Amino acid sequence: MIIRIMSEGQYRMPSGHLDQLNDLDAQVVLAVAQGDQAHFQTTYAQMLDFVRQQGEPVAATELVESDVILPAPDLELKEAQQLFKGEGIIPG
Amino acid sequence: MGLLSRMATILKAKMNALLESSANPAETLEYSYQKQVELLQKVKRGIVEVVTSKRRVELQAARVREQVSQLDAQAEEALAAGREDLARLALQRKQIGQEQLGDLEQQLSVLEQEQQRLTTAETRLSTKVETFRTRKETLKAQYTAAEAQVRIGEAVHGLSEELADMGLAIERAEEKTESMRARAAAIDELAETGVLVDLTRSGEDQLSRELKQISASRNVEAELAAMKERLGQ
Repeated sequence: MIIRIMSEGQYRMPSGHLDQLNDLDAQVVLAVAQGDQAHFQTTYAQMLDFVRQQGEPVAATELVESDVILPAPDLELKEAQQLFKGEGIIPG
Repeated sequence: MGLLSRMATILKAKMNALLESSANPAETLEYSYQKQVELLQKVKRGIVEVVTSKRRVELQAARVREQVSQLDAQAEEALAAGREDLARLALQRKQIGQEQLGDLEQQLSVLEQEQQRLTTAETRLSTKVETFRTRKETLKAQYTAAEAQVRIGEAVHGLSEELADMGLAIERAEEKTESMRARAAAIDELAETGVLVDLTRSGEDQLSRELKQISASRNVEAELAAMKERLGQ
């Protein structure tokens, strides 16, 4: 499984980690929904660290498409909120 | 649907906008390559822009720092001359100057990070451009084979994702530097007329504004008292 952290690069990760990643994602979503700045920052940083620690960086000489894409590390709460209600995003 | 899938949706939309798929794989390859080279140029320009903004903020910080120490000296002079009112005024301005200095220093660290990020991205993108360039020649030579078609698809998709990511990163960097430039220009203008006005307070609510004012005036009084003591008054 290839994961991209935007503006940072791609990581190759065993697909067994997807469940954990989804759990972390759910926590981030919750923090965003609650508008909880501190919780958002911690959970999002945790999510990124999880990818960095469990994944192997994809070499710059490789050209592969990602299976999962994460926003840039400096994502702000209000940007995250925008992601959920911004234009052109398919709601689901 | 979480953050993961939303971001993917946005990036995919961006990728599609970047990619003009052609029936001719060789054309698709050339087009993608050309886009990538263009983007690399844009990243390079972005870095230059960030560095320019950084220099400007540095210069500004130096100027405000100088003003702050000047105001300090003026306050002391005024006090020595028995003009407590003038001394207080100078110290009030010094407070504002110091606050601005803090703001400028924060901007500097943001720009520093941005520069770091874009530089890393540029290195990565350069390598990818080179990889793609080599690969596209090989693929073009054999693109009639079904196998090559698949590989072209992979290379082009991997590449366009990188393009879309970098495109968004550049947009963000531009937004950041632009808003900083606007703030910097405003501070410049005011500093030139010798009036330091507290711009950092514009976005605050009444309460925190008043609290800040209280603590600022407390600082002024404390400094004034210390200065008096030094002068033996």
